[in-house]
Amino acid sequence: MSDHNGTWWIWKVFWILLVITGVEVALGIVKPEFMLTQVIGTSILNILFIVLTLIKAAYIVQIFMHVKFEKKGLKYALYLPTLILIPYLTFILLTEGSYLFR
Amino acid sequence: MASSAEMTQEENNWGGGSRPLGSRYGKLMMWFFLLSDALTFSGFLTAYGLMRFKFESTWPIAENVFTHFPGLEGDQPLLYVALMTFILIMSSVTMVLAVNAGEKMNRKAVTNWMLWTIVGGFIFVGSQAWEWYHFIIGDSGAVETARQEILHIYNEEGERLSFSQVVHGMEEGHASNHGETFTKAEVLSAMKSNEGMYLMEPGKAGEAFTHEVSVAMFEAGDVVQGANMIHNEYGQKQFANFFFFITGFHGFHVFSGVVINFVIFYNVLLGTYERRGHYRMVEKVGLYWHFVDLVWVFVFTFFYLV
Repeated sequence: MSDHNGTWWIWKVFWILLVITGVEVALGIVKPEFMLTQVIGTSILNILFIVLTLIKAAYIVQIFMHVKFEKKGLKYALYLPTLILIPYLTFILLTEGSYLFR
Repeated sequence: MASSAEMTQEENNWGGGSRPLGSRYGKLMMWFFLLSDALTFSGFLTAYGLMRFKFESTWPIAENVFTHFPGLEGDQPLLYVALMTFILIMSSVTMVLAVNAGEKMNRKAVTNWMLWTIVGGFIFVGSQAWEWYHFIIGDSGAVETARQEILHIYNEEGERLSFSQVVHGMEEGHASNHGETFTKAEVLSAMKSNEGMYLMEPGKAGEAFTHEVSVAMFEAGDVVQGANMIHNEYGQKQFANFFFFITGFHGFHVFSGVVINFVIFYNVLLGTYERRGHYRMVEKVGLYWHFVDLVWVFVFTFFYLV
């Protein structure tokens, strides 16, 4: 907690979040042709959106919600359930979802 | 009794003094609540994805749905929601600043930053109400067939037409119906008289129908304006249901966050935490508030961008 001096680290994260959101919005409006190529079931643009979103989420959780500076035990208690259960749910729906068209 | 350091450690471990997670009760409970809430929201969003996959050809494309910006005419895709996102990020920043000031026992700064956070939250909830209002009122209108499929009207140039443009003509009509209601008879007769008009599915890779088929489908169907839980002019009605449910559930989180923030703000004003000697309550509501921002980051991506 007290390893931060001043508020510069808060504003740094603010600018990162703002720039990423700005890039997302710009890409969402322009939708560059070359990024609409289909890979693994969706476009490169969509994959980029998801990656950028995860980066934003990581900054919010790690810095704003301060998890980066918590004890190892708490980090595991929070990260393990989310990082196992949410990808698992997504995986189930992605694989079983193909039955919708049978 | 051996008054060694070992003994004290022993007493701490078994007497409840040990804190393996290095965190206090209240903060831990807030974290576990947020964990369960995160799983709830992930359930909603994955269900949204599944339904969207199922109804791809009639699923509305967000940039054709949320196109309004206050004070601006015409199509402004993403701009308004980008503004909302910015407001929420900003209020998250002021919240960290409040927590930071609380650690330094700076009551005046906590008061100031908490107030800005509450203002940001209010603006966000208000913006969402505005977006809901436009979604419910509707834009161009659509045809719902007897099989409850939503189809949009296009002209021979391949331009999407609003009811206003179909009935009043391209010169007189507006791209948005502006709250004007149209009857089935009006729109149908206007469409019959123009051979170039046809119906098309709203989603990605949606099917287009010939003029004759379109008119026949229209005759068996009805007109739809706006969106609610039963009809949705933008496309597949599940979209409206998910939109109301997910943004509504998130909006309720924002609203309750504003209320809780206000309670804490009031206590800061009263000097409760100054007397208590710490501002841990501000940190706890801070976690909740950041979570609201975190969820919005995902809602923004999956509802508006992808």
